Amino acid sequence: MSEAANSAAAFINARLLNPETGRIENGGVFADDGVIVELGAKVTRANVGSRTTIIDCGGDIVCPGLIDMSAFVGEPGATHRETLATASAAAAAGGVTTILARPDTNPPVDGAAAVDYLMRRARDTASVRILPCAALTRGLQGKEIAEIGLLKEAGAIAFSNGPHSVASSQIMRRALTYARDFGALVIHTAEDPDLARAGVMNEGEFASRLGLPGVPAEAEAIMLGRDMRLVALTFGDASAPPHGARYHSALVTTRFSIDIIRRAKEAGLPVTCGTSINHVTLNETDVGDYRTFLKIAPPLRAEDERLALVEALASGVIDVLVSDHNPQDVEAKRVPFSEAEYGAVGLETMLAAGLRLVNAEKISLHRLINAMTLRPAEILGLPQGRLAKGAPADLIRFDPDEPFVVDSAKLRSRSKNTPFDDARLEGVVKATMVAGRVLAV
Amino acid sequence: MPASGPTRSVGQFPVRIRACCLQAPLALAYDACMRAPFPHRHLLGIDGLTRPEIEALLDMAEDAVEVSRRVDKKRSILSGRTLINLFFEPSTRTQASFELAGKRLGADVMNMSVATSSVTKGETLVDTAVTLNSMRPDVIVVRHHHSGAVHLLARKVSCSVVNAGDGSHEHPTQALLDALTIRRNKGHIEGLVVAICGDVLHSRVARSNMILLAQLGARVRVVAPSTLLPPGVERMGVEVHRTMESGLRDADIVMMLRLQRERMDGAFVPSLKEYARFFGLDEAKLDWAKPDALVMHPGPINRGVEIVSAVADGPRSLINEQVEMGVAVRMAVLEALAQHLPNE
Repeated sequence: MSEAANSAAAFINARLLNPETGRIENGGVFADDGVIVELGAKVTRANVGSRTTIIDCGGDIVCPGLIDMSAFVGEPGATHRETLATASAAAAAGGVTTILARPDTNPPVDGAAAVDYLMRRARDTASVRILPCAALTRGLQGKEIAEIGLLKEAGAIAFSNGPHSVASSQIMRRALTYARDFGALVIHTAEDPDLARAGVMNEGEFASRLGLPGVPAEAEAIMLGRDMRLVALTFGDASAPPHGARYHSALVTTRFSIDIIRRAKEAGLPVTCGTSINHVTLNETDVGDYRTFLKIAPPLRAEDERLALVEALASGVIDVLVSDHNPQDVEAKRVPFSEAEYGAVGLETMLAAGLRLVNAEKISLHRLINAMTLRPAEILGLPQGRLAKGAPADLIRFDPDEPFVVDSAKLRSRSKNTPFDDARLEGVVKATMVAGRVLAV
Repeated sequence: MPASGPTRSVGQFPVRIRACCLQAPLALAYDACMRAPFPHRHLLGIDGLTRPEIEALLDMAEDAVEVSRRVDKKRSILSGRTLINLFFEPSTRTQASFELAGKRLGADVMNMSVATSSVTKGETLVDTAVTLNSMRPDVIVVRHHHSGAVHLLARKVSCSVVNAGDGSHEHPTQALLDALTIRRNKGHIEGLVVAICGDVLHSRVARSNMILLAQLGARVRVVAPSTLLPPGVERMGVEVHRTMESGLRDADIVMMLRLQRERMDGAFVPSLKEYARFFGLDEAKLDWAKPDALVMHPGPINRGVEIVSAVADGPRSLINEQVEMGVAVRMAVLEALAQHLPNE
């Protein structure tokens, strides 16, 4: 945050959506000194005082700002793709107020100094909250445990190995064990590197017709299954793990994985998982005519997998929805499909794309918002994501019904690789507040 | 020799007493100094020793301390006997300690350091044992990098065998010297809180101390990150702590373990720096222990890793005294075993 909130602000005449209860209540939210001071029907223009910045919402929804558990923010090392400033602008436009920044930067965030750098850069240049997710292994190489204790002291919120699995079961076991002692959250992308190595899209008929090598769903299931056994081994003994110690599967994309997570949760393991906005709104056929903006990792799956993901997200087996924001410059995508970089931008379109599922009555508005606010806050141990007195005043106002056409040229992100270019979406963010301060959107 | 035997309880944990420790006391003349005879032919581990046996060894060691402080340190209990120090792992202080102990008791001491590279197979170890046995030694002191190797060797020789450390299993004379050091400084061991901190997973010192100190009535804690704790350690009669703050609270004795250099770098702990920060003993962490808590370390120490110099060299450090007690305890052990050596 570049400046502290120095005056009170209020959203009035809004529909307040509480991500905890799902209740929608007419009224307003009054924020002062960066926190929610009052909310409900009594917050009206007459009651908030003359010093207050007033935003008349005209019946729009106000809810906590979105918390994105996986976005690539470009710094350090890839400022041609994104900067903290451009990522913040994109986030604010999309209603995202907190970003967990991926550690697979250049150099990777695997030392206390790198965490410190990111936090200072964020303080100086970012308008939304940027939280560091540090490397789980040194250099993200999967060979040595990173300095989890020192990184956590420096401010790392969670630990991940970036887009790759820790292939060695021995190292993964020790990393989980060590992280557990420090009450650290481990976020892991499950994909068997051998089975996935050659693949550039989902394995199946469609890939075969395109002549592209595929990644089978089993690549994810095998690694996730291994991880669940290691989590059981790590957390299986009698002594209670320190608060905050748990395993979060960054991105599940298949029915196999949903079953594995469901069983692990039923067994009482401290396990959660997420999926990306791309995987619940797009499928492999969207790759169409070798569209590289739809080349993402793990790959977009078949339609039946997508439907299963949506159902699991609605039921809560999948806890959180992430943007998986991965900006790539034009040159990295304007190459043959097999050579193109993976990834799509998503911060600006995550909410509107998610509302597609609500409009199609596949998921409730409450659950969608919950999966992008309160649930990630709970997993990360953050105070925001709640519509409650005393919670940080990270709020957004949006009209869920207002239509718009995505124009990649107008995206705030430094990179324009959106899979939703020219898509007609509904749901426009009208205002974004971080720590009581209203940002331009 | 059969591997089975009756079980006995150490802490909460039933253990099988090793058959080789169960030999009936040999009908021997009472030792000149009128002690109860030590009923074992070998000292392979603390596991299997009773509290009276341990206390008898400590009492004998007290006398050995007095002997070692005299100008004339020579005794004749092992006069004419041959002691072989067979070290498959490099060691300075343990080997020197056994050598001095043997010499002060009058034995002829031979040191054999076997390069680990030349002895890699079980057959070779047995061959070595048989060969040495043919030279008619009276006591062989053995250190080996594999757990159980000393026991294997003991089954192949007709003399007494002393375990000077086998793999990650036991180092009984270290535990005895630690107990002696504690007893001399605290007056007793019963009821003391002893925190054993560091690489418990790989430590034979920790295993022997866990058994011995629990036998003598101490409350033993192990303090380490989970990656350096053996699975199931909480069922081995000790309290398990994963932070120094909780592990050192109210501790009377803080016993640091050496962290091997090859284990510092990402494999078991992330780095030397991180280990020192969270598990290295410095003055601030020592403040969590009792005001009169004393600090121990089996040596050699990694200064600045598991212990800072200010503590290692400070007024509460017993590290140098441990070395002195080491010679005394080894004299006591050799003296006790001498009771079983054939006299004809």
